[in-house]
Amino acid sequence: MPHPVISARQLTKTYGDFTAVDGIDFDVAPGESFGLLGPNGAGKSTTMRMVGAVSTRTAGELSILGLDPNQHGPDIRSQLGVVPQQDNLDQELRVRDNLLVYGRYFGLPRRVISERADALLEFAQLTDRAKAKVDDLSGGMKRRLTIARALINEPRILLLDEPTTGLDPQARHILWDRLFRLKERGTTLVLTTHYMDEAEQLCDRLVVVDKGRIMAEGSPAALIREYSSREVLEVRFGSDKNAEAAERLAGVGERLEVLPDRILVYSDNGEAVLEQLTHRGLEPITSLVRRSSLEDVFLRLTGRSLIE
Amino acid sequence: MTATTSTEQQFAPRRSALYAGNTRAVIHRGFLATRSTNGLVVLSGFFEPVFYLLSLGIGFGALVGTVQTSTGQEVPYAAFIAPALLAVSAMNGAVYDSTWNVFFKLNYSRLYHGMLATSLGPLDVALGEIFLALLRGAMYAVGFMVIMQVFGLNLAWTALLALPAVLLIAFGFASLGMAITSYMKTFNQMDWIAFIMLPMFLFSATFYPITVYPEAIQWVIQALPLWHGVELVRGLTTGALSSMMLVHVGYYLVMIAIGIVFTTSRLRALFLK
Repeated sequence: MPHPVISARQLTKTYGDFTAVDGIDFDVAPGESFGLLGPNGAGKSTTMRMVGAVSTRTAGELSILGLDPNQHGPDIRSQLGVVPQQDNLDQELRVRDNLLVYGRYFGLPRRVISERADALLEFAQLTDRAKAKVDDLSGGMKRRLTIARALINEPRILLLDEPTTGLDPQARHILWDRLFRLKERGTTLVLTTHYMDEAEQLCDRLVVVDKGRIMAEGSPAALIREYSSREVLEVRFGSDKNAEAAERLAGVGERLEVLPDRILVYSDNGEAVLEQLTHRGLEPITSLVRRSSLEDVFLRLTGRSLIE
Repeated sequence: MTATTSTEQQFAPRRSALYAGNTRAVIHRGFLATRSTNGLVVLSGFFEPVFYLLSLGIGFGALVGTVQTSTGQEVPYAAFIAPALLAVSAMNGAVYDSTWNVFFKLNYSRLYHGMLATSLGPLDVALGEIFLALLRGAMYAVGFMVIMQVFGLNLAWTALLALPAVLLIAFGFASLGMAITSYMKTFNQMDWIAFIMLPMFLFSATFYPITVYPEAIQWVIQALPLWHGVELVRGLTTGALSSMMLVHVGYYLVMIAIGIVFTTSRLRALFLK
């Protein structure tokens, strides 16, 4: 890896008795799109706050753009763009003023901010809403404005904490498209998510985190290869009969996961497995063959689903 | 979107963890925000003391006649309470901005979270917000002083000095108010501020001389900030100067210093936890 822009070693954060982040190691290369995937409460946001130099680590080493956030918080922050989990746009200002004022917080000259604001409004597809009140924007527009705002200082790293949580599918796709464009332009992206599809779409590489620890690391494809099979057969027998059916499924496929509402059968050929079921006289109410996803990786690693 | 950090560093050369030397960005934000909203709130805070002056000073004052100030001077009742109300208006303006406004930005709009994710430091934010609170206090004060002049309640040229005095008072309340607000988590707790402000307003020798109280109560009143403000402004508008004024000024200087140190460390604790 070229000289990393973020480097964490045994990074730890505790609040009293609670350990939010428990000695994690990771590096992020320049231009890379790096994800932290895990359920709510896994320590993703806490990690992001430490990387964003707005939270002081309890132990371990952390270097952002070669600087220690304990000593160089403002210097680091001046080169970061932050999209927080909860929108914190300035509701008392209009859309374009949000960008202008935010640029001033970085001490940028007015002329530079003004030019960038127009370009960013264009990028965020909000040019015609420049004079609108923030409150009048939809959830997706607010997110896009928050991202535009985070780019006003032309950051070297863009931090996105759960960027599409709470958005409807269409708004998510628009947002993904915008983020993908940034990625193509070479902006380093670091994002947390508990959506596996988001991680698969946007991340070159990711770590799976659970309970403050890193469970696995790799590209989405490599993680799926390593921790799951190529395909998954999902079958439902009805909530009372799943356990019973699971016993009769022993030996089918590479591995079984029995969930309260369905059984997952992992194998490289889902259709073939489904045929085996029929041979055994098992008749599921519904069956679905799909590609393995990061959800399956997470299930394998933790025994739990991502979204609970 | 590639990196160009050279321009930024050029424009913000001083950067420590607490202070980026960019308070003006916070002030600029305040102006823009005021322009688009809460114009009415600004006015309501101004009229409150004016109404008190009209009802108590002019109306009730007709029954009272003259009152003796702490320096032994006999002045018309309206001229006695007007400087006190002036101090109160400075206090109200500063407290409103530094408590309710700050409380909302801290806990609901998360404005400060956004600000402190940039290269701004907590001291930039604190100073900017205090300045805005001060400015509001000053606007109230100037307006009120004009009304005092119209009613002939400025008895000496030293009344002009009441303006900087009022700024000092506003500064003290704004800085301490912001520090206290940083501890508030709920609206109920915020109501406690009003619970303290109202009696302080009524009993700080605002409407009658402090000598009506037994000595023990007088000590309590004299420990509170508003009494110092009232005495300071009253001395200036009535022209009765005394060395006690230095004590009043000193009281506020200490209050300001404590408030700023306290606010900055609180903001740091709240945002860098």
